[in-house]
Amino acid sequence: MNNINDIKRIIVDKPLKLDCGKIINNFPIAYETYGVLNKKKDNSILIFHALTGDQFVSGINPITKKDGWWSYAVGPNKAIDTNKYFVICANVIGSCMGSYGPSNVDPSTNKILGTSFPVITINDMVNAQYNLLNFFKIDKLFCVVGGSMGGMQVLQFISNFPNKAKIAIPIACTASHSAQNIAFNELGRQSIMADANWVNGNYSNENLSPNKGLSVARMAAHITYLSKNGLQEKFGRKLQERDDLKFGFDADFQIESYLRYQGSVFVDRFDANSYLYITRAMDYFDLVKQYDGNLSKAFVKTRTKFLVISFTSDWLYPTSENKEIVIALNAIGANVGFVEIESDKGHDSFLLNVPKFLDTLKDYINTSYLKN
Amino acid sequence: MKQEFKIIANLIEKNTRILDVGCGDGTLMEFLKSDKKVDIRGIEISKNNVQKCIGKGLTVIEGDAEKDLIQFPNQSFDFLILSQTLQAFLNPETVINELLRVGKKAIVTIPNFGYWKVRLHLLTKGTMPITKNLPDEWHNTPNIHMCSIKDFFNFCNNRKIRLDKSLALHNEKTSLIKNSNLDIKNLSAELGIFLIEK
Repeated sequence: MNNINDIKRIIVDKPLKLDCGKIINNFPIAYETYGVLNKKKDNSILIFHALTGDQFVSGINPITKKDGWWSYAVGPNKAIDTNKYFVICANVIGSCMGSYGPSNVDPSTNKILGTSFPVITINDMVNAQYNLLNFFKIDKLFCVVGGSMGGMQVLQFISNFPNKAKIAIPIACTASHSAQNIAFNELGRQSIMADANWVNGNYSNENLSPNKGLSVARMAAHITYLSKNGLQEKFGRKLQERDDLKFGFDADFQIESYLRYQGSVFVDRFDANSYLYITRAMDYFDLVKQYDGNLSKAFVKTRTKFLVISFTSDWLYPTSENKEIVIALNAIGANVGFVEIESDKGHDSFLLNVPKFLDTLKDYINTSYLKN
Repeated sequence: MKQEFKIIANLIEKNTRILDVGCGDGTLMEFLKSDKKVDIRGIEISKNNVQKCIGKGLTVIEGDAEKDLIQFPNQSFDFLILSQTLQAFLNPETVINELLRVGKKAIVTIPNFGYWKVRLHLLTKGTMPITKNLPDEWHNTPNIHMCSIKDFFNFCNNRKIRLDKSLALHNEKTSLIKNSNLDIKNLSAELGIFLIEK
């Protein structure tokens, strides 16, 4: 990683008790902001990122030199308009873009934490990020928004801090990680841990990297982010720079080559242990259980206005699971809108150029802001 | 603003909680919100319409009234509105029961199949009637359970559903429907508007 100096951080001195029981303090949270906080301090939007995201939502990511992960949705005149709103995004704890995570050095041993980093939860991530409100002296956010794991954080944030956001937009997510979700995450973790270079999470101290394991984890996960139709349309059985099958195990098909590429670029920007910790946090996420089997209870104290968005071809966090959130909110008369957007781009739809989604998001945010 | 919507607005009290079932593009919702200061929600089956509503900042969920009203608790709204949609349901009776479970009262409007022009069309042409309110042909109409004002009136009476107000609309003019003039209104009105409760 270069340009590590481009990463903004706060150091949280207030102790944070994690769900695992451990207390952490003086830990860093890396963040980025876009736009300007107005005088009334009523125009801030907190974006929560997904599993492999980071704080660089828009513009050029100074570390990877690529577009920010939500560039289609966030920026000047975009759905989340940085000319109007003050956008904040923090790197979740457990991740590897500057926030407290397993790739941090343990000051007592001068070694990389690795698996001695505590197991964290979505709840812990949200509680850690809450410190940013104090840092920016924002009493109430205008909006909290995020897709996938970001959507889970939106739900957790509102249940933890019911009066701290005017509107909440959980996208393509769930209130409770399903067996299928856990299964795919376990596949990724096993792939990393099966790599001889993982050495029980101690690879950095031994100058190794479990690149093969991490890249296979990414390849498997990547398939779950796309739809069967989307894949078929984009790749079909097209061959990769060859006229015929080669009767070997090279990447004959374009889809193979594509996945290999996705795996290989991922290992350059992501830490294998972070992948273990964050997928674990997602698997542990069960807001229904947190509220004794009644999801509605998570939201009884809030007057936040919700918009739940799902996508037709998302089979990882399908419409039915998003609807569970809507049903729980309607059961207590909360203010909730819901729309399923037609798209063949699978779970990744929220990250891509899906005009109907982006238009809906933009109009909803802008009209909700006007009706202050 | 459609005359029908003005009549619906007149039936609704200020500062109440309302659910517009089959809210379309949200025109009625917006009108009621500004005119009556109501807390209004909508449910709509068409994605395009839902996106339009959400874009206007209205609280609308995408869903099918026949399946999705179940998520709303008993008597959680003061009024449920069902505007010219009853005839499109597979089970209109189930929907009416749901309306009266979720809402303290319901406002139901129906295109009147007993309207004289409809009757004349069938009588003289011998084909399924096509009118201003019923523009589709038999094979592509969403209206699978057409009824007349008289049908709906009898339906409610037979099921002990109270008709708090029954109105007939014809040429922008509204009149009361009573037992005594039922057959005349059933012939002369294009639209029936009913305020019902259980």
